[in-house]
Amino acid sequence: MSVDKETVARIAHLARINVPEESLESIAGDLNNILAWVDQLSEVNTDDVEPMTSVVHARLRQREDVVNDGGKRDAVLKNAPETEHGFFAVPKVLE
Amino acid sequence: MSAGKSNLIAGATGDWEVVIGLEVHAQISSEAKLFSGASTKFGAEPNTQVSLVDAAMPGMLPVINRECVKQAIRTGLALGAQINCYSVFDRKNYFYADLPQGYQISQFKQPIVGKGTITLDFLDGSTKEVGIERLHLEQDAGKSLHDQHPTMTYIDLNRSGVALMEIVSDPDMRSAEEAGAYLRKIRTIVRYIGSCDGNMEQGSMRADVNVSVRRPGEELGTRCEMKNINSIRFAQQAIEYEARRQIDILEDGGTIKQETRLYDSVLGETRTMRSKEEAHDYRYFPDPDLLPLEFEQSWVDELAAELPELPDDKKNRLMADLNLPSYDAGILVSEPEIATYYEVVAKGRDAKTAANWVITNLFAALNAQGKSITDSPVSPDQLGQLIDLITDDTISGRIAKDVFEVMIKTSDDPAKIVEEKGLKQITDTGAIEGMIDQIIADNPDQVTQYAGGENPKVIGWFVGQVMKASQGKANPGAVNKLLKEKLG
Amino acid sequence: MTKLTDLSMADALAGLDNKDFTSVELTEAYVAAVEGGTSINAYTTQTPEKALEMAAAADASRAAGTAGPMAGIPLAIKDLYCTEGVLTTASSHILDGFTPAYESTVTSNLWRDGAVMLGKVSLDEFAMGSSNETSFYGAVENPWRAGDGKSRVPGGSSGGSAAAVAAHMAVAATGTDTGGSIRQPASFCGLVGIKPTYGRCSRWGVIAFASSLDQPGPITRSVKDAAIMLGSMAGYDAKDSTSIDTPVPDYAAALTGDIRGLKVGIPKEYRLDDAPAEILALWDQGVDWLKAAGAEIIDISLPHTKYALPTYYIVAPAEASSNLARYDGVKYGLRVPGDSLDSMYANTRAEGFGDEVTRRILIGTYVLSAGYYDAYYLKAQKLRTLIAQDFENAYASCDVILTPTAPSAAFGPGENADDPISMYLNDVFTVPASLAGVPGISIPAGLSGDGLPLGLQLLGKPFDEETVLRVAGVLEEAANFTAQPNNWWTGDKS
Repeated sequence: MSVDKETVARIAHLARINVPEESLESIAGDLNNILAWVDQLSEVNTDDVEPMTSVVHARLRQREDVVNDGGKRDAVLKNAPETEHGFFAVPKVLE
Repeated sequence: MSAGKSNLIAGATGDWEVVIGLEVHAQISSEAKLFSGASTKFGAEPNTQVSLVDAAMPGMLPVINRECVKQAIRTGLALGAQINCYSVFDRKNYFYADLPQGYQISQFKQPIVGKGTITLDFLDGSTKEVGIERLHLEQDAGKSLHDQHPTMTYIDLNRSGVALMEIVSDPDMRSAEEAGAYLRKIRTIVRYIGSCDGNMEQGSMRADVNVSVRRPGEELGTRCEMKNINSIRFAQQAIEYEARRQIDILEDGGTIKQETRLYDSVLGETRTMRSKEEAHDYRYFPDPDLLPLEFEQSWVDELAAELPELPDDKKNRLMADLNLPSYDAGILVSEPEIATYYEVVAKGRDAKTAANWVITNLFAALNAQGKSITDSPVSPDQLGQLIDLITDDTISGRIAKDVFEVMIKTSDDPAKIVEEKGLKQITDTGAIEGMIDQIIADNPDQVTQYAGGENPKVIGWFVGQVMKASQGKANPGAVNKLLKEKLG
Repeated sequence: MTKLTDLSMADALAGLDNKDFTSVELTEAYVAAVEGGTSINAYTTQTPEKALEMAAAADASRAAGTAGPMAGIPLAIKDLYCTEGVLTTASSHILDGFTPAYESTVTSNLWRDGAVMLGKVSLDEFAMGSSNETSFYGAVENPWRAGDGKSRVPGGSSGGSAAAVAAHMAVAATGTDTGGSIRQPASFCGLVGIKPTYGRCSRWGVIAFASSLDQPGPITRSVKDAAIMLGSMAGYDAKDSTSIDTPVPDYAAALTGDIRGLKVGIPKEYRLDDAPAEILALWDQGVDWLKAAGAEIIDISLPHTKYALPTYYIVAPAEASSNLARYDGVKYGLRVPGDSLDSMYANTRAEGFGDEVTRRILIGTYVLSAGYYDAYYLKAQKLRTLIAQDFENAYASCDVILTPTAPSAAFGPGENADDPISMYLNDVFTVPASLAGVPGISIPAGLSGDGLPLGLQLLGKPFDEETVLRVAGVLEEAANFTAQPNNWWTGDKS
């Protein structure tokens, strides 16, 4: 399997990173090298192996249903590039 | 109308069948969010119910709310579904302005609840089973406001991270009516067990509607999805519109494009959503910030044992134990508040009388005032007392209706109204006899008519005169009996 | 007299207890050292006023008899830890100006115990790298230079942490380790660095790279310092669902020096054919030291070792691609305008992320995308199970495992820049333990032919940091590593 320029463009769009047309080729090359290298995993038969879910041998803890957070709009908004009337503001989205 | 019959839609080239599957997003009635301690209360100032976790600040981590797990299990039990004691949270990755993490924590391959079934009831007493594919836990997104500024969208994260149950049906529904019945049933169930308030206006319950059409008996057609519909009526309208649209395209020789469409309730039509046009690739993978969700079957058993009576069980009980007709029972169990109200009224009283008073008189009065049963001016105890006054002959059924009118306006006890307005039924035969004697004396013509047998209905005229003289308070039974005696 | 900045943490604490000097004096000496060492480029944010305030508070607590176990010790904080009111960047352009309203659990623990913050130190952008060359704030230089005087990288991703400690611009530093990011720079800079068991230190408030692998830990000048600082950093945190609720032992008390009868495993798979002879020789030397101290040496096998790196380079980028989705120009950091929401995202992320981060996000996005998930991500998670089982099996017959930390001494700037895979190979000995979640420590054990530090790595059983530290203490004593970089950055050759 090989990653071509179109695939890089598609992934870059999925990842929302602008990749200039002239860089697609070299990134495709990088990705192909890395993918060819990780491809050695296919040597290992893993048919009967469970995928790792967590190295932690513990149960997911569940917290109580208590409101103990929120009410900190200033802290939430203070680093935002643009805010309006207590909202985050972004370029208009068309539905 | 019920399943199987007359659900087909006539097209220009023959009949079509519409196939509907529904994904209901039901907000869990918890105090705090699924993975953070911020409040879930509706209607707060923007971004005031947002924790650093909900705003996806760097380094923030999710910790699950036990109440949300519990309510998902309870809902699964109420849907008669398989509960999975081991489930996994996955990340669903996509970019959107109101999705601060860039992913939604959801459950993809291993949901907390598996397959189940619910029964839909129709007005004619028929029923239909609809399969539940799964129920999983997930985070809600924030809210985008597109109409506040000419060039900007505003983002409020108060909803961000609120716990949702996504309940996915099998594509078992064949008409807008069935889809409506399904939504009502889900709403009734979650409201019975209190896992969701079912409030569609506030967005606590929304539906994604999948619609396709096909020739009867053929393979499933390509489906379109209408997202985030927040009323049962709109869902039904969207289905009607969308089915017709698809049939028109197919009959013109076109093909249906699988897509997400927006239902515009103002125009009553569906249209392509520009923001959802591209094909999605959500890149689901297990959330490494969380471990698999595991719990004991004993907890599930405990929750099952504590579950309140479910609407189907209650309906069956009302029919079997109280001999109520299916129609009455169906209406009385449709909302937990109605059922509770009814059961207080009916306790120790005639079930059918109680049902009539609730379904006919109370509902009419509440409708007229635009009120719901929870803010009824007449308490169930008061309505019961009114029925008791009829039963013990204190007032007649006729007078009871007048008393009820007053109760609706004043919220006073019926006994007080009867007392104050002197509406107590006259059962003293001496008093009634006096009135009858007077009327007989004053109306010799009618007495002759009666005696001659030429007009047997004239007895009714005498009853009316006595009731008039007594201002309606004379006991009708006593009046009849005494009249017959006196007139011979 | 020894300079205050030359004291280890343990000695500095003794001096403070003994009233030989105050924390304010100690901190002033470090503030001066930080200011004098800017050519190393370790610090991206200096907080001298805060440091002196905290030092004064530590002195007061010591006078009041309420001093915590790290009271008055000046530290450098890797800029991946969120620090309240102090710029936090992950050494990325995309977090421009980000000042958290919260403090990470681990740094909170350190401040609770009286430690003093000198500032924030550089790292490879979002902890992705092994040379600290991918920082938006420029490469960090290793205080150690090769015999020929040429500069060397400090390793990464905790390169700023290691450089600051090696240059005596902090008593110690926090690091984070995802695939070797504490151990490899410790090895490159002649320091001790421990990656605790996954779940031992809270990740809350530490900017995520790969959540299933990231683990905070200290970089220090001695094993004892590491024991003291880990004791402060570690602990259960209800805010981190992967944090483990188990008591924190007294790690310093574990340094008994007695390893008689302890079984030390030597994994044959780590004996790479192309490993430099001096690395293998040092490893053999380490075996001899431990044998001499009474340990039993056992040959073990970790059969899936060779698959660890490719596994890691699927799992880590996959998680990173998702973890870094939140940097979108909406809530904090850089925003580059665009004519639509999507173009604002794409512009912001293109300008905000450097090449290596972009590469890993793209790889991660690809391996998770429809049609490739099973072949890559699922496969890698299965390999991860096998790699973890290797360790479990090995620990049935040994208590700790001894290996080299890195396949080479510190390399020169730009040396691995053209080939990502050759850069990734730096982590060949550290990544398996990360994938298995087991603890690992790097101890300086010798010098390369070029005069650069070389480290040995000890790996332990989950939550058995005590044994790891005890054996590390024995190695430290045997190696008696006393070499110091010459002070080229201050011009002071004393």
